[in-house]
Amino acid sequence: MSHRLGENMIIHALLSSLDLTSFHLAEENSASLKNEQPIRHCLSHGTQLNEYGANGNVAYGLNTSPSKLPPWKTMGETDADPDPGKTTQTMFTLNYPRIQIPFEITLWVLLASFAKIGFHVYHKITVWVPESCLLISIGLIVGGIMHSVNEDPPAVLTSSAFFLYMLPPIVLDSSYFMPTRPFFENFGTVLWFAVVGTLWNSIGIGISLFAICQIEAFGVQDINLQENLLFASIISTVEPVAVLTVFEDISIHEQLYIVVFGECLFNDAVTVVLYNLFNHVAVMPEVEAGEVFLDIGSFFVVGLGGVFFGLLFGFVAAFTTRFTGKVREIEPLIIFLYSYLAYLLAELFAISSIMAIVTCALTMKYYVEENVSQHSCTTIRHVIKMLGSVSETLIFFFLGVVTITTEHEWNWGYILFTLLFALLWRGLGILVLTQIINPFRTIPFNFKDQFGLTYGGLRGAVSFALAFTLPESIGHKKLFITGTIVVIIFTVFIQGITIRPLLKLMNVRKTNRKQETISVEIHKRLMEHTVAGIEDLCGQWSHYYWKDKFMKFNNQIIRKILIRDTRPESSIVALYKKLELQNAMEILDTMSGDISAAPSLISLHEEIKNASKSRKKFLSSDVTSMHELLSKNMYKIRQRTVSYTNKHSLPNDITAREILMRRHTSLRRSLRAGSFHGTNAAKMSQKFLSLPMGQSLNSGFPPRRFGHTETIVTKTVRVESSNHGRLPTHGLALFLRKERCSFNPRCSSSAVAEVLHELDAWGDGDEPERMESE
Amino acid sequence: MGSTSSTLLKIPNVEELVQETGFSPAHIIRLYDRFKVLDKEGRGHLCPQDFGAIKELAMNPIRDRIISAFFSPGKETVDFNTFVRILAHFRPVDKDRPKDPNSPEPINSRSNKLKFAFQLYDQDKDGKISRDELLKVSSFFILLSSHKLNMTDSRLIDRFSGTC
Repeated sequence: MSHRLGENMIIHALLSSLDLTSFHLAEENSASLKNEQPIRHCLSHGTQLNEYGANGNVAYGLNTSPSKLPPWKTMGETDADPDPGKTTQTMFTLNYPRIQIPFEITLWVLLASFAKIGFHVYHKITVWVPESCLLISIGLIVGGIMHSVNEDPPAVLTSSAFFLYMLPPIVLDSSYFMPTRPFFENFGTVLWFAVVGTLWNSIGIGISLFAICQIEAFGVQDINLQENLLFASIISTVEPVAVLTVFEDISIHEQLYIVVFGECLFNDAVTVVLYNLFNHVAVMPEVEAGEVFLDIGSFFVVGLGGVFFGLLFGFVAAFTTRFTGKVREIEPLIIFLYSYLAYLLAELFAISSIMAIVTCALTMKYYVEENVSQHSCTTIRHVIKMLGSVSETLIFFFLGVVTITTEHEWNWGYILFTLLFALLWRGLGILVLTQIINPFRTIPFNFKDQFGLTYGGLRGAVSFALAFTLPESIGHKKLFITGTIVVIIFTVFIQGITIRPLLKLMNVRKTNRKQETISVEIHKRLMEHTVAGIEDLCGQWSHYYWKDKFMKFNNQIIRKILIRDTRPESSIVALYKKLELQNAMEILDTMSGDISAAPSLISLHEEIKNASKSRKKFLSSDVTSMHELLSKNMYKIRQRTVSYTNKHSLPNDITAREILMRRHTSLRRSLRAGSFHGTNAAKMSQKFLSLPMGQSLNSGFPPRRFGHTETIVTKTVRVESSNHGRLPTHGLALFLRKERCSFNPRCSSSAVAEVLHELDAWGDGDEPERMESE
Repeated sequence: MGSTSSTLLKIPNVEELVQETGFSPAHIIRLYDRFKVLDKEGRGHLCPQDFGAIKELAMNPIRDRIISAFFSPGKETVDFNTFVRILAHFRPVDKDRPKDPNSPEPINSRSNKLKFAFQLYDQDKDGKISRDELLKVSSFFILLSSHKLNMTDSRLIDRFSGTC
């Protein structure tokens, strides 16, 4: 008996470590001591746990029906049946309730991840069908299964779960990887479309639905104007996920891309505000005009307040990272904590948390990426991407699941008209708004762009969550939920799948030129790159007057406060090392195995010589395919570069890296062609951007550093000269092949002068970003 | 800007520049300010590394060629006049220019633009573009890390050299 009691105590001690049970343990403790069947009791505690979870608003809302428990209960009961006299210890106990919450979370996430992995096995599918569609379909299937066994899905989509746990990672992901320069250039347009566009949509759809409600045939006359407006505000939010991937594949121009991106980001905030406004208004029996104006005023407070909060936390985070030089491991944590804190505090004060987290991420990114180590930087990016990706996956997945398992209220007229109006008002809205804003833009939107904007207005997760959090007092809540789900599924599936072929069609129809020859293509590229280069040279700073002012202020004051003093020497060499290391890593990554298969300029030239010997006639189809191949594989011009962010992967800057890499290698070749002395390396036949060793290097750097670099150069040249000329052009490839030189990045440094200068330029320039960003 | 006239006075040979290049005085002032920004040490002329300091230019595959186009052979510096003259190549073509056979062609005429572009290819300045020079330039633009291209490298190059 006492033995049993002891066991009891231990088990209870363990269970009490879970906060949730403590409440019940207080009650049950007295009872348990009298209870002669500890195991059963332990399990009944588990039951209590679940019931508590089912009722309360717990984070992961365990809405598991009791049906989940029966197997365990019965087992508990049978086990507990033995007479009290027996003292046998069971070898193998199962305590499912204890791990239930984390276990289920893990399983769901794992399932969604498997789905994601599965899609990419068949590359063809992801090309045609956006990932969100696939996720929803899988969710539907799983939902069907769950429904058939009469299970409820976990209540991931309760208000608190969604807004506190699922949404912040997505927003952080979008805002951290937002390309800042185009964003600020298009800021006005973005705001215009986001704010005014959403307002237009909501009010338009709301009013037209209200008009429809008046028609008796549909039988929904009891939905009043406020409720309609509320519903309209829910379904007018757009979600960028699927659209952006499609846009990238079609290489849509960056203006459109950034507008869609920004619009989606901001209209989340706008929608939430509108939703709260209408919600507030909808539940009130009467509406006063004064109150409405107050609410509109609060809209501005909310928006600006969010921005302010974000800035505050961004600066504090940057300041904190200034001191984390010795504790590099927690640097990523700081980023997440501060942004999440910004979000939560904004929620506390009921101001726009999305704006807060967006502004926080933007501010932080700029300063923090200078302070933290390279590893932390990578970790931050990867973790943000991971979290965002997980959240998104889960949301779409649950969208599918919940579609099957909720009770629907269907009303043909209402729902079909909702769909119609959603599309219609968006189209009209874009049309009208574009007409108004085009005169203010340097690059106006043409009709194709407008079509892209309209058709790319897919609804998604936020609408869904908002629909679920509608207050119960609204009579037709189920109808609204059904309507939202229908709109989401329609837009995601039909628009999502067809947007790609449609845009391609429009593209092709527009550029109806005859096939140009390859040489024309090359020459055109040259011209375009030249013009882009000259533009950069001249600098377009009439637009950027304010930016320049801000940059001055930034450089003089803010940076001194927020950024750790870097010893320039070490940072330059570190940056350079990083460059070479990345180079090596990339080679190893892309060619798994045979390093000598890496393409190099010399091999290209050698092939030229071989190719000239055999001149063949080519079929025109050959030419076309080669032409296509060539145009697809050339560097994109600056304005057309859209490879900022793939929504589902990290930024890819192969182009930039290659360009710089080639410059290094060509420079090194010419260095090698020179003499063996470091100082003489300056005398280059071609006017590349070498730093004449004697000259400006001194002016920019303290003499000590000059000595440092000189030794690097001499070392370089000495090493290279020992290899007797037969050097391929890919820097590290050489040294990885040859065993003589151990893997020492400094050893393999190419024209250090050039690189140093570039790195110095990065240090002086406006935005000394690392190579990865932008 | 109130300091227009005073800035104009600072620039040497302003009227000549305006005449020759066709830039308006406002343009020239803007270019002058840009020149000063680039010329960080205030020497009055630019060196290659000043051009190198332009961060946006770093990502341009033919950056070196563009920059070397500013420096005539043998000279290591670019003064403001040369700067403006070279940039004048990029002004839009004056379509309504009366055809005056006596005066020299303006810098932004089509043929001068073509000459400038020709210079970008012709590195050894022999007045001709050799096959190698052409290939070199074309190779600047090709994304090396694309695997698909590797296999058709030789065919492409062959075809390319065949067409021109």
